[in-house]
Amino acid sequence: MTGVDQRTQDVGDVREQRRVPSRNLLINGGFAVAFVVLLVVAATSTDSFLTDDNLTNLLRQSVTTGLLALGMLMVILTGGIDLSVGSVVALTGIMAAGLAEGLPVPVAMLAAIGIGGVCGAVNGVLVAHFRLAPFVVTLAALTTIRGLAYVYSETPITPTEINFLTLGTELLGPIPVATLLMVVAFALAWLFLTRTTAGRAIVAIGGNREAVRLAGINVPRHVLLTYVISGLLAGLAGVILASRVGIAQPSVGMALELNAIAACVIGGARLSGGRGSVPGTFAGVVLLALIDNLLTLHDVQSYWQQVLKGLIIVAVVLARRREDA
Amino acid sequence: MLVLDGVRKSYSGVEVLHGIDLDAGPGEVLAVVGANGAGKSTLIKILCGAVKRDGGTVTVDGRPEQLGNPHAAAALGIRTVHQELSLVPDLTVTENILLGDLPTRAGLVDWPAAHRRAGELLRRTGFSGIDVRTPARRLSVARRQMVEIAKAMASEPRILILDEPSAVLAGDDLDQLFALIRSLRAEGVLVLYVSHRLEEIMAIADRVVVMRDGVITADTTPARTDEAELVRLMAGRRLDQIYPARRTEPGAELLRTTGLSREGCFTDVSVTIRAGEVVGMFGLVGSGRSELAEVLFGAAARTGGEIALAGRPARLRSPREAIDAGIALVTEDRKATGLVLDLSVRDNASLATMRTFRRRGLIDRVRQARSVGDLAERLDLRPRGISRPVGQLSGGNQQKVVLSKWLLARPKVLILDEPTRGVDVAARVDLYRMVDELTRAGLGVLMISSDLTEVLGMSDRVLVMHEGRVVADLRSAETDEEEVLAYSIGVAA
Ligand SMILES: Nc1ncnc2c1ncn2[C@@H]1O[C@H](COP(=O)(O)OP(=O)(O)OP(=O)(O)O)[C@@H](O)[C@H]1O
Ligand SMILES: [Mg+2]
Repeated sequence: MTGVDQRTQDVGDVREQRRVPSRNLLINGGFAVAFVVLLVVAATSTDSFLTDDNLTNLLRQSVTTGLLALGMLMVILTGGIDLSVGSVVALTGIMAAGLAEGLPVPVAMLAAIGIGGVCGAVNGVLVAHFRLAPFVVTLAALTTIRGLAYVYSETPITPTEINFLTLGTELLGPIPVATLLMVVAFALAWLFLTRTTAGRAIVAIGGNREAVRLAGINVPRHVLLTYVISGLLAGLAGVILASRVGIAQPSVGMALELNAIAACVIGGARLSGGRGSVPGTFAGVVLLALIDNLLTLHDVQSYWQQVLKGLIIVAVVLARRREDA
Repeated sequence: MLVLDGVRKSYSGVEVLHGIDLDAGPGEVLAVVGANGAGKSTLIKILCGAVKRDGGTVTVDGRPEQLGNPHAAAALGIRTVHQELSLVPDLTVTENILLGDLPTRAGLVDWPAAHRRAGELLRRTGFSGIDVRTPARRLSVARRQMVEIAKAMASEPRILILDEPSAVLAGDDLDQLFALIRSLRAEGVLVLYVSHRLEEIMAIADRVVVMRDGVITADTTPARTDEAELVRLMAGRRLDQIYPARRTEPGAELLRTTGLSREGCFTDVSVTIRAGEVVGMFGLVGSGRSELAEVLFGAAARTGGEIALAGRPARLRSPREAIDAGIALVTEDRKATGLVLDLSVRDNASLATMRTFRRRGLIDRVRQARSVGDLAERLDLRPRGISRPVGQLSGGNQQKVVLSKWLLARPKVLILDEPTRGVDVAARVDLYRMVDELTRAGLGVLMISSDLTEVLGMSDRVLVMHEGRVVADLRSAETDEEEVLAYSIGVAA
């Protein structure tokens, strides 16, 4: 093949890429519209939305869901689910605070994140090597790890070191450091899933496990990896949350796994695996945060918030189904 | 009985059927032929309500029909066996056959009656010997195909549509299918029959329509045409020679098995594959061919015997080890074991070789696109773009993607299990030529096929399997279809 031919081929390829996923563009277009509408509603219906305080707060609050959703996405891509992330947030938060009493803060925090990774690894080994159902394994982990958080400390721990609060509260210009961290995590995850062999393998496993196995790829190892990533990100989220609030409680993070799953699904992930994207999940996270923020600003009762959020999720997923058909 | 007028269909803005007109009557066997991607399956999906047409009318028995969903089509007596198998893997044969129509007694499923009825249907179809209580997952591809056919018979069809039903059937099984078709024809059923095997079509069809790029380009009968003309009509070019003239001298020994066994599948198999050699393997359903391939590829464990690669004993405990040792396997069921349908051609084709495209931890997309694009060109993949999800390709083109995956791995021994299943004649010729070229460069090929003509035409030697044993090792030039078939059913000495 000559050089000229090669170039023609590549160009054709690019064109193809643009044309075929037009559906995704549509969805993203739909998202954009939803955002703009929400933003306009938010900005015009209350005075407090556009204040620095509120926007910073919004950015901060999306961090926990964001990190959890990212880990959840990896697991969901393989056709699994990780219900234990909310409990990992509690355990790692309280352990970071507890360990910080004797260790330097950064060491304590890293150790706690590592604990999150260990939780993920246990889930992963049970799912990948012992072939237990992800739902069951992580459901058991949900209660076990929550229990461990209480075993570690029944009462909330308030860290005395002032730099314990840095990670969660520091700003870089107008933007919270934690938010930047989350954005970096999304960028890395996107690179990982689209451009590395392990990332492609993870996406492929959810689509057709047997074909991947026969392609000589170690399926259990990759599945395990997704649970470890999920655990590590949940650990990071737990540490950031404790640092932001300034107090670590064993009861924190209940039902956070549901928000994370919702963000993935809104972002186009398929729970049976093989489909889902990092940008979509990011959009899902921001959309959820925006809805929460708006409902709070309007003093909607928190029970009604839950109802509305549920309805919105169903609406988005329904819209997506129409476009997928 | 069935009249189509100007039927059109587009997928995401690209029209693939440009106005199909067709008129078929009861008791007719109408063959539909055409190159991969010509639109045959799309047409069939419209007729059975699996996809909606964008334009044109379909008239059944003089009444215009919407055919909005499979249910509506079924109610009109239109029954379909799809190209890609669609059984529910964890359900038993009985449940698959009677899906949605299980006999009940006092509101509960009457299992004895259900099994009896499923058994009857299989017998009527001519495919006995399948245990109706086994889950579909455990059946070979050919057996699954038989179950699909029985399923289509479950409610008296008036129009029976078969999309490449014979691709995995051979010998007796194929004769059974033909007998079934003839008896249905006698009962006044209209049979639409899609196949790439032209000799079959000449034997069974009353009428042949040729599709090309989404239109019907010819409408003829077997009496008025011949295979060469059909090929020309389908491909738009003449194919003088289907099989390459093979005159290779086998080189060094690449793979040898001694007394290889896998319990319940095959026993005491000793074969040798040398460089530059195409070894064909023929055998009926259940003769253990595919299982042998899986063991050679490390995808299934052996229970006895030895495998040696280039004279050295090899363990081959996993596909990875086999790939690293230079073995590649194109499996027979592309949908179940060959492809990740949601992923692009590019991802699928490089699934086994991703590691080799790595540069500084990331996949080098340019180099990957070039390698995959090259192969797409050589195999004439259509459409050529490599970013399209393989699920959107026609069956034959999907098969080309599976082939690309293993050709990229540059194997020393290439095992092909039904490699031309669903591949059109022109592309098949290209594939044969490619296999020929590769063997000239020192590759050894084991080609498993139910297509006798292909086995004899392509290979230097033919191994015949019967009930898990290799019963004959014949030089292709010195044998014929009759002899091979005789060995495969265990009647030759
Ligand atoms: N779901 C889909 N989305 C987009 N394009 C599709 C889809 N399904 C089929 N096509 C395209 O429609 C065209 C016709 O495909 P079809 O499956 O009808 O071909 P075919 O004649 O059955 O070929 P084969 O002999 O390979 O089975 C092809 O170009 C194919 O890529
Ligand atoms: Mg087809």
